[in-house]
Amino acid sequence: MMDILNTLALLGNYLIVPGITYGCQLALGALGITLIYGILRFSNFAHGETMAFGTMTVILLTWAMQSVGISLGPLPTALLALPFGIAATVLLLLITDRYVYKFYRQQRSTPVIYLIASIGVMFLYNGLIRFVIGPDDRQFNDGTRFIMKAREFKEMTGLREGLAIKSSQGITLIVTILLVIALFWFLNRTRAGKSMRAYSDNEDLALLSGIDPDRVVMIAWILTAALATIAGTLYGLDKSFKPFTYLQILLPIFAAAIVGGLGSPVGAIAGGFVIAFSEVAVTFAYRKVFGYMGYEVDGLMQLLSTDYKFAVSFAILVIVLLVKPTGLFSGKSY
Amino acid sequence: MITVENLHKHFGGIHAVDGASLTIAGGSITGLIGPNGAGKTTLFNVIAGVYKPTSGRVLLDGEDITGLPPHDLFAKGMLRTFQIAHEFSSLTVRENLMMVPPDQPGEALWSAWFHPSAVRAREEEVRARADEVIEFLEIAHVADERAGNLSGGQKKLLELGRTMMVDAKIVFLDEVGAGVNRTLLNTIGDAILRLNRERGYTFCMIEHDMEFIARLCDPVIVMAEGTVLAEGTAAQVQSDERVIEAYLGTGLKNKATA
Ligand SMILES: Nc1ncnc2c1ncn2[C@@H]1O[C@H](COP(=O)(O)OP(=O)(O)O)[C@@H](O)[C@H]1O
Ligand SMILES: [Mg+2]
Repeated sequence: MMDILNTLALLGNYLIVPGITYGCQLALGALGITLIYGILRFSNFAHGETMAFGTMTVILLTWAMQSVGISLGPLPTALLALPFGIAATVLLLLITDRYVYKFYRQQRSTPVIYLIASIGVMFLYNGLIRFVIGPDDRQFNDGTRFIMKAREFKEMTGLREGLAIKSSQGITLIVTILLVIALFWFLNRTRAGKSMRAYSDNEDLALLSGIDPDRVVMIAWILTAALATIAGTLYGLDKSFKPFTYLQILLPIFAAAIVGGLGSPVGAIAGGFVIAFSEVAVTFAYRKVFGYMGYEVDGLMQLLSTDYKFAVSFAILVIVLLVKPTGLFSGKSY
Repeated sequence: MITVENLHKHFGGIHAVDGASLTIAGGSITGLIGPNGAGKTTLFNVIAGVYKPTSGRVLLDGEDITGLPPHDLFAKGMLRTFQIAHEFSSLTVRENLMMVPPDQPGEALWSAWFHPSAVRAREEEVRARADEVIEFLEIAHVADERAGNLSGGQKKLLELGRTMMVDAKIVFLDEVGAGVNRTLLNTIGDAILRLNRERGYTFCMIEHDMEFIARLCDPVIVMAEGTVLAEGTAAQVQSDERVIEAYLGTGLKNKATA
């Protein structure tokens, strides 16, 4: 009996809690990709750097607030800086749209051309970020570290395995739930949201209706900026901020969006969790689990070394594209 | 109302519209007929701003509207339906209709959050209008159905309904009757006649069903090989030698397919 509870605590600590947190982060990232795909019909490679840019502004503002003594008590100051970081990112994306993508819209360019343009934008943002904050690792998580410490859990339950929940993990889950509810309310209930769905559904018809395409595009960028900044900040709070990691995370985020079905918000969320749990489960060391089940084994019993975790997204992506190329929730119509 | 002057639209070597000139009188229900490939849909697309013409002009009430994008033409009261029905498949029939009117404050994030009462007032107005249209077209039983689930004929009705959500001046209908059963076809015909008489809509409609055309249209314009072949009442064009010949396919050889 004890062994089963210990196994559960072990899995909870190393698999479920990190899986949920990472799933939330990927889901929010993938929502940004899917939204732009639905409206502008291209895969936005600059999305990872957009997340990094948003996070960077949040960090700079957090530092500024800390230096004048503003804080949120037990919560990270970054939450207070978040709205301003979003505003800055909205501005960046709208300027980019005005001077880059708008041109290609008027030319009625093919998606491939947009995609290549977005790679250019990615390098531009990347340079901007390194110029402003540098390539180094940055910690910006103040506030209490843990909701529950491993030791407290052990004392409370008398188990050998601890279950720790970091504040950043709790915040990630709560913020994600609130944000997803707000997003779906927006898309399904408001005129602006319905215009977006209509535009994504049938662009030709939308142009022959009272839907203002410029406005739909603008709203798509605003939502994307908010999602990217929040996703990036949550990721940074949970791990740490390093510009390079946001380039790496682009692969699992794209995998999540594609696995779920590009253009489908529900799919983006489902895809985020599929990718996150696969990655965590494949890189988890199962040795102790075997131990509790009565098998002593040598080695870590890890399916894949953590260094290769990005291969997991890639493998799932390939499998989904082979089996169900449109993704689990075939997309394009919300 | 609409004047088309010597319009050409070429796709590479294909002269889809090849020097068409015609007028559509305000208040009329003008029929546009012709064998398949005559260039009718292409003519519509050029008038509706989907394609820029290779040469020629389109005038709306004397104003040159050649090459204006569909969005601007919509604002001028020029609406069209599609040969293959278009709809927002994931929205309900009522929501589809409510999408049509422009300038709804709820579309701007700013007013959506800061002037909710203005947004609600306008939305109620639009909803009331949608309900009127739903009643007019007798589609109340599917009003809250996703438009993607409608039958082909019901989608055509919805297309017509869309034009009723704004005060249109002229509506272009591309084969609204195609693939629609008799009962629905009569409903559509009645709606067209009523819109024409009660609201003063001008219609220009591409159609194949001669019975349907004879009931609704005057005049009827016949196109073949990208140009206007004849014009007159339904009875006149049906007995016109050249029209019969065009429909039989003689003299329709390769000019248009270089
Ligand atoms: N986008 C296009 N590209 C190339 N050829 C086209 C295009 N649209 C129409 N055509 C050609 O133009 C001619 C007229 O077509 P269309 O206007 O659809 O005729 P109708 O509606 O009278 O049947 C046909 O030969 C058709 O193949
Ligand atoms: Mg046609």
